Amino acid sequence: MDLTTLTIKQCHEGLKKGDFTSVDLTKAYLENIKKFDKEINAFISVDEQGALVQAALADKKISSGAEFGLLCGIPCSIKDLILVESKVCTAGSKILEKYVAPYNATVVQKLKKEGAVILGKTNMDEFAMGSSTENSAFGPTKNPHDKTRVAGGTSGGSTAAVASNMSCYSIGTDTGGSIRQPASFCGVAGLRPTYGSVSRYGVVADASSLDQVGPIAKNIEDLKIVFKVISGKDLMDATSANYEFQDKDFDIKKITIGVPKEYFSKGLDKEVEKIIRSAIKKAQDAGAKIVDISLPNLKYALPAYYIIQPAEASANLSRYDGIKYGLSVPGENLLDVYLKSKGQGFGAEVKRRIMIGTYCLSSGYYDAYYKKAQQVRELIKQDFVDAFKKVDLIFAPVSPFPAFKLGENTSDPLSMYLADIYTISVNLAYLPGVSVPAGKIGDLPVGLQIIGNHFEENKILSVAEFIEKS
Amino acid sequence: MISKEEVEHIAKLARLELTEKEVSKMQKDLTEILDYFKVLKSAPEPKTTNHSLQTTNLRMDEAKDSGIADKLVNAAPDKKDGYIRVKAIL
Repeated sequence: MDLTTLTIKQCHEGLKKGDFTSVDLTKAYLENIKKFDKEINAFISVDEQGALVQAALADKKISSGAEFGLLCGIPCSIKDLILVESKVCTAGSKILEKYVAPYNATVVQKLKKEGAVILGKTNMDEFAMGSSTENSAFGPTKNPHDKTRVAGGTSGGSTAAVASNMSCYSIGTDTGGSIRQPASFCGVAGLRPTYGSVSRYGVVADASSLDQVGPIAKNIEDLKIVFKVISGKDLMDATSANYEFQDKDFDIKKITIGVPKEYFSKGLDKEVEKIIRSAIKKAQDAGAKIVDISLPNLKYALPAYYIIQPAEASANLSRYDGIKYGLSVPGENLLDVYLKSKGQGFGAEVKRRIMIGTYCLSSGYYDAYYKKAQQVRELIKQDFVDAFKKVDLIFAPVSPFPAFKLGENTSDPLSMYLADIYTISVNLAYLPGVSVPAGKIGDLPVGLQIIGNHFEENKILSVAEFIEKS
Repeated sequence: MISKEEVEHIAKLARLELTEKEVSKMQKDLTEILDYFKVLKSAPEPKTTNHSLQTTNLRMDEAKDSGIADKLVNAAPDKKDGYIRVKAIL
């Protein structure tokens, strides 16, 4: 039996019955990493020894006959944007190449409390800015389904690791689509939860009003299991919400699904459209009510996002000035240290975003750009409020196209930004959304995006499970 | 096209050193991206103004021992006696 193809639930059952141990599972995953990761490059660092120690501890607990949770002894990976105590956390950047995390992020602490086994830290676009994991200072991640193509981004290391059985599940972050889009490209399940449902404490900040941590897994059931563990109020994150996820089955016959026409306009690949339409049809055939809706301000989402995200990021990234941590380049005076450390530490896309953000926040431009973008954000939020008065869920593509070729969009920032055109509105409106595998174009997977109202992850996941099984 | 001087001014505000080559690439990229933002001009005014999802509930501002102060100072590239050392600014 190939242990690495098992889901969390199946692993748990096997551990319970004594069919295999956590050490067996961990070794099987480490073996796959050794076999595949030279080519895929899903991991920035692998902690073989630490993982085996955690696995042995989990086995001890399991064999003692004590109750153990679903994640106990299950090997996972963590996006390298999230702090794991005493391990290097690079955020995909040269500037943090040697930065050792001084504490655990709340999500990591929660996983460790459950007895999770952390195999390593996964590759990503530098500071979570990008759409393909090609902006990593540690080389791009390749798509396991076609190694000439990107894994998507920014959590491309996490989705590629799950897709190629190099970890059972993974924890990613989604600021503009960074869980859903690579999940779609790699053919795995990925949930971007409601803003505030998972603590951001110990997660390197990109754009604080958009960032959210979420699970990536082999199927929807596993997403639920991980989300249940990592979500909830945290005193260390003032924006975290008092929210307890409750798994619940919804009758598809009682669900109304909105199909926004703006998501099916020009730019959408015909083959992707076919797959999404057929998923809608499946829900309809099973008794769901399908309604055409409109989100009239969707056309403003991408430009508004590319003002708000860089603006917030330019402020958040000012901390990498060579003084408190990370790369420090010697200079003649203090200003020189700042200039050189940032100039030599940051990659091209991060520099571009810092420049856009600084420009949009600078005197004389603030009203025309940042303030206007915030107003547009409110319009988009209101569009969704209006839509959810009429429908339970929204079905849409995740990305206009399947995984593109490595290098195809790297020289043109605007064409790269288009890969997120269907995901970013969800972040702007603080909403949850899932990517569930819905079909393939040749070897390339295509995900269906299911968007729900705030804190209605259970409705999204219940219907996603129906799609997955149908 | 955004001028070279403008790019250099923004880079200075951002405390970001750019090479000559980066400045001219940035001129091109920023011009294209800022042009793309023009579509926002046609967006209507929103009727509502509340941006955030929920009211932030803050904890009490009480000093507690985090237990990691030493680790945080140790992460600094240049430190002495529990302090982070920086270049003189006067």
